Amino acid sequence: MQNRTMKKRGISLFVENQVGVLSKISGLFSGKSYNLESLTVGTTEDPTVSRMTIVTNSDEETYEQIKKQLNRMVEVIKVIDFTDLSVVMQEIMFIKIKNCSLDDKTRLFQIAQTYQAKVRDYGHDSVLLEFVHTAHKNTAIIQFLKSEFNAIEVVRGGSVGIEAITLPIR
Amino acid sequence: MKKISGNKLLVKALREEGVDTLFGYPGACTIDISDELYKQDYTKVILPRHEQALVHAADAYARSTGKVGVCLVTSGPGATNLVTGLATANYDSVPLVCFTGQVARHLIGNDAFQEVDIVGITRSITKYGVTVRDREDLGRIIKEAFYIARTGRPGPVLIDLPKDVMAELGSPDYPESVNIRGYKPTTNAHIGQLKRALKMLGKAKRPLFLAGGGINIANANESFKKLVETTNVPVVTTVMGRGAIPTDHPLFIGNLGMHGAYASNMSVGECDLLFSIGTRFNDRITGKLHAFAQNAQIVHIDIDTASISRNIKVDVPIVADAKEAIEKLLEYVEPCDTAEWLEHIGEWQQEHPLKMKPKAGIMQPQDIIETMNEVFDEAIVVSDVGQHQMFVSQYLELNENKRLLMSGGLGTMGYGFPGAVGAQIGNPESTVIAVSGDGGMQMNIQEFATAVLEELPLILCVFNNTYLGMVRQWQKLFYGKRYSMTDLRAGAATRRGDEKPPKYTPDFVKLAESYGAKGIRVAKPEEMRPAFEQAKKNRELKVPTLIEFIIDPEEQVYPMIKPGGTLEEMILDC
Repeated sequence: MQNRTMKKRGISLFVENQVGVLSKISGLFSGKSYNLESLTVGTTEDPTVSRMTIVTNSDEETYEQIKKQLNRMVEVIKVIDFTDLSVVMQEIMFIKIKNCSLDDKTRLFQIAQTYQAKVRDYGHDSVLLEFVHTAHKNTAIIQFLKSEFNAIEVVRGGSVGIEAITLPIR
Repeated sequence: MKKISGNKLLVKALREEGVDTLFGYPGACTIDISDELYKQDYTKVILPRHEQALVHAADAYARSTGKVGVCLVTSGPGATNLVTGLATANYDSVPLVCFTGQVARHLIGNDAFQEVDIVGITRSITKYGVTVRDREDLGRIIKEAFYIARTGRPGPVLIDLPKDVMAELGSPDYPESVNIRGYKPTTNAHIGQLKRALKMLGKAKRPLFLAGGGINIANANESFKKLVETTNVPVVTTVMGRGAIPTDHPLFIGNLGMHGAYASNMSVGECDLLFSIGTRFNDRITGKLHAFAQNAQIVHIDIDTASISRNIKVDVPIVADAKEAIEKLLEYVEPCDTAEWLEHIGEWQQEHPLKMKPKAGIMQPQDIIETMNEVFDEAIVVSDVGQHQMFVSQYLELNENKRLLMSGGLGTMGYGFPGAVGAQIGNPESTVIAVSGDGGMQMNIQEFATAVLEELPLILCVFNNTYLGMVRQWQKLFYGKRYSMTDLRAGAATRRGDEKPPKYTPDFVKLAESYGAKGIRVAKPEEMRPAFEQAKKNRELKVPTLIEFIIDPEEQVYPMIKPGGTLEEMILDC
């Protein structure tokens, strides 16, 4: 029978680097009511090609449709399904922790060390941390910092992924 | 190398692509293209009276000739008026190339006069759309547009032409070949999959072919007929697939779906193999999804990967052009023993034949269409959308010489008349008949001007029941006969509660005459045949003839499946 289990799935998409392509891809997701967890895009070693990493939360059948719909777009050059591939997939995230006491700041430096974050900026009552982890781990870090500190501000870059050579990270 | 303007290159490209007919409406942003078209005589320019009618005409021209339909409209409102027609063509896989004017590049984004982002607006209803931002890309983009429109699953392509790009001088060359790295349509069927499908066909006790519009588009009718006759497997068709096999063929059961024949829907429910070709399994044919063909394994051949296993999960998916797949099948296929199964289907057909309940002395839609079947040996019938469309798809006879065009997927009211204009322009020798309702006819009635001035001998049948009949039918069956918004005679008088609303508005016969066309009103059964004969004769005069048939508003389309119901739960008659 039909598999309706929802699961997070990643797609790597090679597209023409042209005006309107991003809008076409995101329009497909909204127009057809597909979930879009995150989408990142940037150019590649070939300036005429952009590469997107798309993360969607969907069931098996919808996911098959998404891949087919993407594939039939003229501007889409290649669709790579990350589901069963060994990939490295990570996300950059900045968290600014505000209204910190001296004690808070000391703790934040320890936290940064524990979670392999970089201290990107520093003021008399705030700290800016940079995390590069899987999206899943970043979500956990947000939850943790939210519970420990009064005021935090978060910006996430969305996952970017590439096929692994030997060691997968996802 | 002498440089030429973009406008000149466009006209040159039309010639190289063999575009003998262009449907256009002018404006400020395309006036230079109009000027170039004036200076040549290869491409004939047709001027419909509204851009929506224009794109429908180009659409039916394409459907009836197999060529790409070409449109040229101006920016802003000219472009936005294409929207319905593009969606119509996109749904029914019709190859169109539509050129829209655009303001000059330095004005784009300024909310300039008659500026809209038409590529953005139409992104989800075109196969491909692009604004030409560089003069040197123009030739390549036009070449690609024609290629994309007609290959794979055909569809509409929109090219937006900023006025300054078109004025710029550049290369006079129009490319000869196309190479689009992201677009390589599959046409060849996978032999292994085909053999798997045939193995299932060989084992099936109650196999059934489901033929969709893809067979008509791929021009696979003849090979499909051979396939059906070799295997002895009966056929049901979708509305768009009607005519895939002649409708009088002994192995043809009828249409399936919401208004399909009883025997067709029962066969789908009972078959153990549904061998489907060129259909999207739209909700109008499947009814309740999980109950559709639940006893069957399903084979699905379609050119569009994304149409396979979308609505209905299939057992053997085959991505291929219908014609190529069928011809490959013919190499391996063997006869099936279907005698018992056919007998069973015959019983269903006898139990509930597709037939309107006769009413003595009253002219019924079935009678009109059957008279049409008798009077005309060849015809291209273009249907509008509504009850009459369903009557046509139930009762119109189709074969090698009789074809049917309609807006099946989008269900666009107003398609019929301009569609007939386009079909007649593309097929000057054929009898072209439009069948429309009084609602749909009024949506593009201005096309009388085009039809009369182009001397098109169209036969325009208007089924006038003074209502928007299909919606009224739902109101009658499911909404306690509350005829909200469907009475075409309603207005201030009925709101005041006046006893006598006008008999009909407009007077279609007078309206036809005011344009210089002929008009005949038919109210009684005995007037039907003479009216058709007269209209047939009028074709020699090279004028359109409108025949208005006065229909009882209580006529309903049966059988009917309730929206969301299963195919077996048919309402057979009141």
